[in-house]
Amino acid sequence: MTDHSEQKRPAGALPLRADGRDVRTTKHEVAVDIVKLNKWFGKFHVLRDVSLKVMRGERIVICGPSGGGKSTLLRCVNRLEDWQQGRVIVDGVELTEDLRTIDDVRREVGMVFQQFNLFPHLSVLDNCMLAPIWVRRMPRKDAEAIARHFLERVRIPEQADKYPAQLSGGQQQRVAIARALCMEPKIMLFDEPTSALDPEMVKEVLDTMGELAMDGMTMLVVSHEMGFARQVANRMVLMDAGQIIEVNEPEAFFTNPRHERTKLFLSQILH
Amino acid sequence: MVQDAQTAFVSQQLIASLEPPRAAVGLPALFRQRLFGSVLNSVLTLLGALLIIVLIWPAVRFLLIDAVWEGASRVDCLPETVGRPVGACWPFVEKKFAQFMYGFYPASELWRVNLTYALAAILLAPLLVPSIPYKTANAILFFGVFPVVAFFLLIGGVFGLPHVETRLWGGLLVTLIISFTGIIGSLPLGILLALGRRSDLRVIRMFCIGFIEFWRGVPLITVLFFATYMLPLFLPPGWTIDALLRVLIGVVLFAAAYMAEVVRGGLQAIPRGQYEAAMALGLGYWRMNGLVILPQALKLVIPGMVNSFLALFKDTTLVLIVAIFDLLGQVRAAFSDPNWATPVTLFTGFAFAGMIYFVISFAISRYALFVERRLNTDARH
Repeated sequence: MTDHSEQKRPAGALPLRADGRDVRTTKHEVAVDIVKLNKWFGKFHVLRDVSLKVMRGERIVICGPSGGGKSTLLRCVNRLEDWQQGRVIVDGVELTEDLRTIDDVRREVGMVFQQFNLFPHLSVLDNCMLAPIWVRRMPRKDAEAIARHFLERVRIPEQADKYPAQLSGGQQQRVAIARALCMEPKIMLFDEPTSALDPEMVKEVLDTMGELAMDGMTMLVVSHEMGFARQVANRMVLMDAGQIIEVNEPEAFFTNPRHERTKLFLSQILH
Repeated sequence: MVQDAQTAFVSQQLIASLEPPRAAVGLPALFRQRLFGSVLNSVLTLLGALLIIVLIWPAVRFLLIDAVWEGASRVDCLPETVGRPVGACWPFVEKKFAQFMYGFYPASELWRVNLTYALAAILLAPLLVPSIPYKTANAILFFGVFPVVAFFLLIGGVFGLPHVETRLWGGLLVTLIISFTGIIGSLPLGILLALGRRSDLRVIRMFCIGFIEFWRGVPLITVLFFATYMLPLFLPPGWTIDALLRVLIGVVLFAAAYMAEVVRGGLQAIPRGQYEAAMALGLGYWRMNGLVILPQALKLVIPGMVNSFLALFKDTTLVLIVAIFDLLGQVRAAFSDPNWATPVTLFTGFAFAGMIYFVISFAISRYALFVERRLNTDARH
């Protein structure tokens, strides 16, 4: 684990924690509070009475069968999806239709997508610098310093001047993680980050996520990678048919599942 | 007894990368493989050659071989005088050249038009070459400062320059003014309309749909006609807007509606994930569109945009209907000069106008292709 405490902090950047780490934490003890969330797509009841509290520094892995509402729930946390009933409170700020609140929350919540969604017309470095310059209004030099810092964090500093199309899938996803980290978010959302990757590239991305977890980042991960979940998660959540079926610590979740659906899902996943 | 195939294999050494076999290059290979490689190829090659000869030869004969190059009036272009069949009558073009280029702009003030052309060339050329720096300053000068300077230079009435009415402007000058203004004006307006048409705000969306459908629903001729002859009836008495300005406004609004739909096609083609990634980073609506979506969308629809530009460039000939004499209008007006009436005057005039339109259109088209290739960073096509 690289020691960041000796690295000079670029001027004008956000204050680091006293111990020199570059991961920020939420102000409130409860990082994300989802209260009785209900969402309909037309007539289809896609999220049913979902309630979940994510504490500061916690790593939650949400798993479950396809179509169970996992990604939809994740995308509600930064209001990429809206909802008809219930409340979502992120670091003390309630998410409503107010655009300014939404942008404020999105600034502090980073998201990594299954399809990477890098901007193909910009270089890797520009991809990472874009948001700090235009959202945090950082001077260009500072943004570049931060971008290079996080590209080094995800172990691809030499790719800075390449374009996304020139990188492998694993490298692209790591750039996506670096891009989200350049905004120095307090909470990171991962929507099936390794599902679109070739098997040999999955490890490098999971390792990056593991390092992030060790540094105290609050993480909400939707994933099928059970090995990773077992190592990194504080709590496992199983979702099916739009509702939370079971929540437990990883060891208990895997060795002693209590709900029928959980047992069925685990038997299908772990072969 | 069947010999079993080897079931196990372990590579002893890795094969190094070699040069590929030399592909057949050069002219002999071209002839051997492509043009006459098979019976069908040979037949097609011969047919193609025949077609080229049949089409090009008469044109070359008319424009170059049989053409008359020196003369003072119609007499010099008649077959009786020359003693052989006559092709193009180039003295006609030569004597009328100033009219074709400048219309009836006073001869003593032509230096102002030439200065405007020179300024345009000086400011545009560095903008077109990608490696030349200071693009932002250059763009501001060309799109912001130059139009104002050009306007005052051409109209006059200030700084001691005599006033030249727009009625006197004509020829290629007017063609370029209308095309240039139309293209530069319709692009930003079209982008805004396209964004508005996809907006979540109902009022804006309805307005943009209405605007686009209206302006696409009427022919450009009626727009020009209405702007020139009907609009003055609606304005309060004593209010006059210059005739050329009315045409420019009509052309910009008309072209913007078409540009909006072209841009909208590009916006639709951008994957939803790009919008989501930009939103998740906290970029607001305008930053998301300006930094992420539009750069990709506009790059995608360069073919469509250039299409619209070229169509606009040639649609400028319609201004003849409102008594503005652009390049083609001047050529056609010159046909009625009795001093130059010969059987070949018409062909010569149209050939000349056609060549000018072609050269400019082809240059624009080629440059657009160059831009497309340069911007092709995502290697998708």
